[in-house]
Amino acid sequence: MGIVNVIIIVFLIVCAIAVARTRDLLSAVIIFSAYSLMMSVLWLLLKSPDVALTEAAVGAGITTILFVAVISRTRRYEK
Amino acid sequence: MEDKIVKTITRIIIPFIQLYGIFIILHGHVSPGGGFSGGALIGTSLILLTLVFGIDKAKRKIPHNVSEIIESGGMMVFVAIGIVGLALGGNFLANIETGFPLGEPGTILSAGMIPLLMIAIGIKVASTMNSLFHLLIEGEIHEDN
Repeated sequence: MGIVNVIIIVFLIVCAIAVARTRDLLSAVIIFSAYSLMMSVLWLLLKSPDVALTEAAVGAGITTILFVAVISRTRRYEK
Repeated sequence: MEDKIVKTITRIIIPFIQLYGIFIILHGHVSPGGGFSGGALIGTSLILLTLVFGIDKAKRKIPHNVSEIIESGGMMVFVAIGIVGLALGGNFLANIETGFPLGEPGTILSAGMIPLLMIAIGIKVASTMNSLFHLLIEGEIHEDN
């Protein structure tokens, strides 16, 4: 189980840096959604299925949809 | 959106999403999950309906005032169940001391009033997600995007 956890954590760190570095806000939202999905898998491996369920529904679903709705009302690229 | 494949798949898949949400809400006290997770799932299905069929049809299904009443009603049911425990001589949300029927452990009809609280929380969360998304995307779009 340890090597899978390490791979997921490395993926999470890469995703977090990419979200902070990218200029395209829509790409940042999609990367953040992938981060949330991997975080949900990590919660499941850490034997916390309740938090994993909430993370998958709220983090990967509703947060992404609300961010995309806000981007559609404002501009897409960061100045 | 005028895509026949997306509309057909959405029409097929929405009842299953909502059934899964109801399952998670009703099993909130015996398995992982609960009111918030199941309510978020049902809210996601309503958002999917809004995205595919448009805001007008979604508003015809669930108008704003109905959504507000359901939202406040869920919270009121939660507080009312808590006050039942207070009125029967226990603390706020007291469960065993006030004589709620405990049922058989491990089944759905157990744990006193916790299933009722889960149903109230689930209704409120689903309605809140739906009205939040409707408030964000309605109205006219500004020209400087």
